[in-house]
Amino acid sequence: MIATRDAYGQALLELGRQNPKIVALDADLSGSTKTAQFGKEFPERFFNAGIAEANMVGMAAGMAAGGLIPFASTFAVFAAGRAFEQIRQSLAYPRMNVKVVATHGGITVGEDGGSHQSIEDLAIMRSLPNMTVLCPADGPETAAAIRAAAAFDGPVYIRLGRGKVPVVFPQDCAFEIGRGVTLREGKDVTFIGTGLMTAMALEAAQALADKGIEARVLHMGSIKPLDTELVLNAARETGAIVTAEEHSVIGGLGGAVCEALAEGCPVPVERVGMRDVFGQSGPAGKLLEHYGLTADKLVESAERVLTRKIR
Amino acid sequence: MLSEQAVQKLEQTARELRVDILKMLHQSQSGHTGGSLSAIDIMTVLFFQQMKHDASRPDWAERDRFVLSKGHAAPALYACLARAGYFPKEDLATLRQLGSHLQGHPDMRKTPGVEVCTGSLGQGLSQAVGLAMANKVAGRDTRVYALLGDGELQEGQIWEATMSAAHYGLSNLCIVVDCNGLQIDGFTEDVMNVGPVAAKFAAFNMHVIEADGHDVASLGQAFAAAEVSDRPTVIVAKTVKGKGVSIFENKAKYHGVAPSDEELQVALQVLGA
Repeated sequence: MIATRDAYGQALLELGRQNPKIVALDADLSGSTKTAQFGKEFPERFFNAGIAEANMVGMAAGMAAGGLIPFASTFAVFAAGRAFEQIRQSLAYPRMNVKVVATHGGITVGEDGGSHQSIEDLAIMRSLPNMTVLCPADGPETAAAIRAAAAFDGPVYIRLGRGKVPVVFPQDCAFEIGRGVTLREGKDVTFIGTGLMTAMALEAAQALADKGIEARVLHMGSIKPLDTELVLNAARETGAIVTAEEHSVIGGLGGAVCEALAEGCPVPVERVGMRDVFGQSGPAGKLLEHYGLTADKLVESAERVLTRKIR
Repeated sequence: MLSEQAVQKLEQTARELRVDILKMLHQSQSGHTGGSLSAIDIMTVLFFQQMKHDASRPDWAERDRFVLSKGHAAPALYACLARAGYFPKEDLATLRQLGSHLQGHPDMRKTPGVEVCTGSLGQGLSQAVGLAMANKVAGRDTRVYALLGDGELQEGQIWEATMSAAHYGLSNLCIVVDCNGLQIDGFTEDVMNVGPVAAKFAAFNMHVIEADGHDVASLGQAFAAAEVSDRPTVIVAKTVKGKGVSIFENKAKYHGVAPSDEELQVALQVLGA
């Protein structure tokens, strides 16, 4: 178990040692976003913008125009919310080479409550032309995603979480922007997960196997570009899809998958996520249970979607 | 100090650029007349006197950078870039037309010489601050100039960016505020009073200089003083919206309206074109 934000802090530090063009910006949350270690080792390449996220994004854009590779970090709710227009105008529109690393995504922020839980950031960021949107599953994949983002020329939004999450991928895993990963084969139904929900999908698939149902599990660390081919193949071969995300069912992974299916291979879908509601204060685990973001609910959703399967 | 000859040459250049701006706006029948004319003397001094740049090498790492934070004055920027040789002057006639590289607001991916995308007010200064930081990180001895409107100071992000410029001691940054006192809805002091502008920037620990934004000698002096300052400088430049042609001067209407046939004829006569 490791938090994706911890993996980010470590990966950023290593990138900084390898490439002098890497700079980091933060908005008074460097202890939480884990950019503080980078700031300690490279004070001349670390810029605290203070509590001013919009200006942080603008400064990062200017630094990219000056040839640097900025990683700008804050909580997801402030990155995609407060600084949305700056991300649109100063990063996405000009295709600036800036990486927005948004930590504390989803409801597992926990006790801070609904004001601090981002349930819409993936939808917002996905709607921007030129924007790449990543949501890794665990620590090793986060490190790989951060390296892939640094090597990619253009704006990237990377959504990470606060709490420790189970490890799904091997330490030396690769990350390819625009590619999903098949974690488990199955012919009856397909789970498509992102972020920490992928681990739950694996758990749910195991539970279904005990009932004689073979569930395929795909992980989408790249929400945009979406691996449409992998999604459509799963739809053709299994005939039913369940999406799983720590995000609103509107516009995020579930939205992206449904768009792809509607155009390419319509099959019954169940979307597991926040059902158009804001979160509230509580311990992360209890919140996941309360809002139905659990392996049990994924099993129920799979069973439900199977009754709707057209065959 | 600029020589008398240099002053005269810059004044003549500014007159010619005014003609280019008005022809371009008339041709497209779209765009911002008032703010382009209020800013053109400042930009003339920057592009043809003050800044180190080379149109044959738009990516030259050692160039000074210009950020038009008040992006709606794009016609003034395009007129300067064309005259400096970044692209053919004939292109000016394509302003705001489908397929043109001259967008309604500056686009770094389309127009050679444009450093960043601007147009959403308040965002250019943050980018200029980032550019100045990048120059420091890279150890480049170059300067960054950002041109703001006074109405634009109503955007809170301007003050966030100013705070960072002062905090990081960006002596390589020079902000110019084109204080023409007008915005779309009327006089700035009626819509949302931003004054006292100089005192506000001074309170943010900036080096503040007041200048006449239509007096090229006064501007030249201000830029020279900014260069030797150990703090980021703000030049508060008093200007007249629509400056140069009395029918456009000080009228909110010409914020975003292009000249008609008759207005262009009057203007060309006044400007001796």
